[in-house]
Amino acid sequence: MASGSATDWQATVEAVFREESGRIVATLIRQTGDFEVAEESVQDAFLAALERWPRDGLPRNPAAWITTTARNRALDRLRRAQRFARRQAALHALAAAESAEAADPFAGRSGLADPTGADGPSTESEAALPDDRLRLIFTCCHPALSPEARVALTLRTLGGLQTPEIARAFLVPEATMAQRLVRAKRKIREARIPYRVPPPEVLPARLASVLAVLYLIFNEGYLASGGEAPIRRELCAEAIRLARIVVELLPDEPEARGLLALLLLHDARREARQAPDGSLVLLEQQDRRRWDRAAIAEGSALLAEALAAGRPGPYQVQAAIAAAHDQAATPAATDWPRIAALYARLAILAPSPVVELNRAVALAMSGDLEAGLAILDGLGGDARLAAYHPFHAARADLLRRSGRSAEAAVAYRRAIRLTANPAEAAVLRERLAEIEAAGR
Amino acid sequence: MRYLFMIFGAEVDPATVPDAEAAAEMAAYNAFTQEVQARGLMLGGEALEPSSTATTVRVRDGHALVTDGPFAETKEQILGYYLLECADLDEALEMAARVPGAASGGIEVRPIWELPAEAAPAAPGATAV
Repeated sequence: MASGSATDWQATVEAVFREESGRIVATLIRQTGDFEVAEESVQDAFLAALERWPRDGLPRNPAAWITTTARNRALDRLRRAQRFARRQAALHALAAAESAEAADPFAGRSGLADPTGADGPSTESEAALPDDRLRLIFTCCHPALSPEARVALTLRTLGGLQTPEIARAFLVPEATMAQRLVRAKRKIREARIPYRVPPPEVLPARLASVLAVLYLIFNEGYLASGGEAPIRRELCAEAIRLARIVVELLPDEPEARGLLALLLLHDARREARQAPDGSLVLLEQQDRRRWDRAAIAEGSALLAEALAAGRPGPYQVQAAIAAAHDQAATPAATDWPRIAALYARLAILAPSPVVELNRAVALAMSGDLEAGLAILDGLGGDARLAAYHPFHAARADLLRRSGRSAEAAVAYRRAIRLTANPAEAAVLRERLAEIEAAGR
Repeated sequence: MRYLFMIFGAEVDPATVPDAEAAAEMAAYNAFTQEVQARGLMLGGEALEPSSTATTVRVRDGHALVTDGPFAETKEQILGYYLLECADLDEALEMAARVPGAASGGIEVRPIWELPAEAAPAAPGATAV
């Protein structure tokens, strides 16, 4: 591939970095003990690749090329660094890493490179999980960083996405996203967020933060419609890829597996979710032949594995709900009683008004209209649902089916005003018209 | 690395606090102080008198402006502080959660700005300041 257009090369280099740089950044952070130096050195390597590869051709071993280039840049940066003592230790660590390259993954470690070394690291958890990417993902998703910063940093360092791409995906100006990343890296350094896998006593809570970040990334790609479609699809793919890595690195955590299952089971409906005009197609209207059966099979299998561990959690339950939908050949074949029971489970594990809303709908769909309406009436006072159009749409529907037409009409009008989705508005208008016609 | 722990909370009139409750809070703080001392983290810490006893000084154009009261009139004020030496932010956050005031108010954990170490080169394996 020695010749090609500039945009081809841009795409190639970006693709390679997305694949390889996460691992390289992670290792370099450990070797230098400096998040910023490591991340910026890999960025230097990216720019160097953009310049050299079109000229010299794709390297035989791109990962090795990036590693060597980044390491050299890191050495340069460290030599210029202010903090003398820190610099000496880091230079020593890097030199040791170079000479002991392939053999021992821990060759470069010094007391500095592992910031918790002075305290006595929890060698158990470090030995069991040697992959630097795991340290990196926990650091990026540290609760001391803002949620937006966690997402941006994860995509940048682990995902290997470039800043402009991330900015576009989250619809913020590039300068804003760049600032967000700078501030996050600065906080890691200034507040001394440690570069390590959290010890067992806090791991579950910290893992929840990681999974939440991945879910956020996925939803950003999944819930948007039209416009930046290719970027959005990439976000879903990236979230799934990172979730796979977490499952690989933490095989004994069922919630990690549950999240991956959930993402796959949602992503399976990708092709059927968008109408030609870019608007979202409602679940009951989707052409199920366009659902990705392989993804459904994989998601279902992962879910079964997760549940076998006997430690249920919110992601596993949500995955089970998604599986129940995905396994129904037609909307009529949906196992609504099961879904209602699952939402009841979810209401205990991760209560929220939206969970209650969905439980009410599932109960009504399984035949118990009364119970569904009772729940919705109970939610009527919740301010968080006031502007949430699915709440009003669901209420309208149940009221209509119960014969309470006047109240239904009010709720339909509210829902129509609140929804931004033309397909949904059309359905709601139809139902409203039906009631009004019957009322004459 | 040093961190300042600022204990924020709503100020309560001590006269309205039952003796038992006041004693319990005192005991809880003593226990925390003892714990951080035992762990070798304690560099300092005090309770403060209420914000009504505060005076704020600003110097503008060479003139000292003195006002009665705290710097900011917020519902929650700083009630006290700890200065602790912690290995990293995780240890600091772990300790912050144990400060008794965290249960009703909040603890702001702020790293102390450390002077860059231009001292003699440390041996490899030493932890930088």
